[in-house]
Amino acid sequence: MAHSGPVVCAVCGGSGPCDGKGKETLRAGVWVTNPVSVQVLGICSALAVTNKLENALVMGAALTFVCVGTNLFVSLLRNVTPRRIRMIAEVAIIATFVIIFDQVLRAYYLEMSKQLGPYVGLIITNCIIMGRAEAFALSNRPVVSMLDGLANGLGYAVVLGIIGFVRELMGTGALFGHQILGAEWYTPNQLMILAPGAFIALGFLIALHNAITGVNKPEGKGN
Amino acid sequence: MGEVSPLVILVAAVFTNNILLANFLGMCSFLAVSKRIDTAAGLGAAVIFVTTFTTAINYGIYHHVLVPMGLTFLSYIIFITVIAAFVQFVEMFVERFSPVLYHALGIFLPLITVNCAILGVSLFMIIRNYTFMQSIAFGFGGGVGWTLAIILIAGLRQKMRYSIVPVPFKGVAIAMVITGVMAMAFMGFAGMVTIQ
Repeated sequence: MAHSGPVVCAVCGGSGPCDGKGKETLRAGVWVTNPVSVQVLGICSALAVTNKLENALVMGAALTFVCVGTNLFVSLLRNVTPRRIRMIAEVAIIATFVIIFDQVLRAYYLEMSKQLGPYVGLIITNCIIMGRAEAFALSNRPVVSMLDGLANGLGYAVVLGIIGFVRELMGTGALFGHQILGAEWYTPNQLMILAPGAFIALGFLIALHNAITGVNKPEGKGN
Repeated sequence: MGEVSPLVILVAAVFTNNILLANFLGMCSFLAVSKRIDTAAGLGAAVIFVTTFTTAINYGIYHHVLVPMGLTFLSYIIFITVIAAFVQFVEMFVERFSPVLYHALGIFLPLITVNCAILGVSLFMIIRNYTFMQSIAFGFGGGVGWTLAIILIAGLRQKMRYSIVPVPFKGVAIAMVITGVMAMAFMGFAGMVTIQ
């Protein structure tokens, strides 16, 4: 996942508009501080739309688009936004990008728009976007802010992709609607495409990430 | 949706279509405050209050302002503004007239603006074409359902502090798994009533 880092840094040349933070930013967003599996943000949609791999990937694309756009504009306006009203300004920017994506989805891909239901609109309250705008875009230049948005969007999309893959495969024996596991020997576990499967799959994914990185959340911070 | 009684929607929103356990809304604040029962109950009360009223206000704005003017694509931005403004207003009102309640709810009120359960209820109301009374029942029931789920899980997490959990599962991971088990328990209500 982190191997895409150097490519971006070659683009920026280390001293370009990304302030030499390209690789580090990308790595942080996708793996080290992954918004879903490490920071546990934005999980409403991560759980709700992952019953099918296709839905999960579209949602990942939606969030990446909104996060990049929001970070760009918050960063561009960071010196002229009064501190006291910055939250409402951020929400307005986020909502604008969500509306753009929603309208495009409705115009060209109505079936998907219906399946995602309210969860596209709910990107507005997705903590990842607000979090990146507050924590990164407000204090960084536009290009590197866009990169941060891209990295976090990708981090979210990757996690959604994995959960969507596991849930659709185990729940229906299919991927993208095509039967993968033979119907004669595999009995689909319907629980995986229902709500409990989503919670349990994400729980195991977070545990897996913890196990690989060796992070044991110190007691007191945990349950 | 015209024929379904608001009472049925209320029951369904609490049990069969629980907004947290079936629709995954309000997860962020859920994980943050479901460690203790009393804080969970405080936030829950604030959520019930705000969802009920913002659903009613958003219903009025959507059907009497946005639809006649053909501006329904603006609904997201209007809804979130209404919610933010309402929360701010409630905060000021409570602070002025009931300092005791303000200190009890204090920190939870601003958090509610970013609780996706509130926006989610308004969006479901539009998608499912509820009437005014149905919307209010759904808003109230959604809030109650969320509160019920968060209090139940806070109880479990309070007990779990003394259990031995595999190291990688410590913290959020095990909370997700027990929420999954709770969602399974709530699936037992399925078939009692259905709304969609």
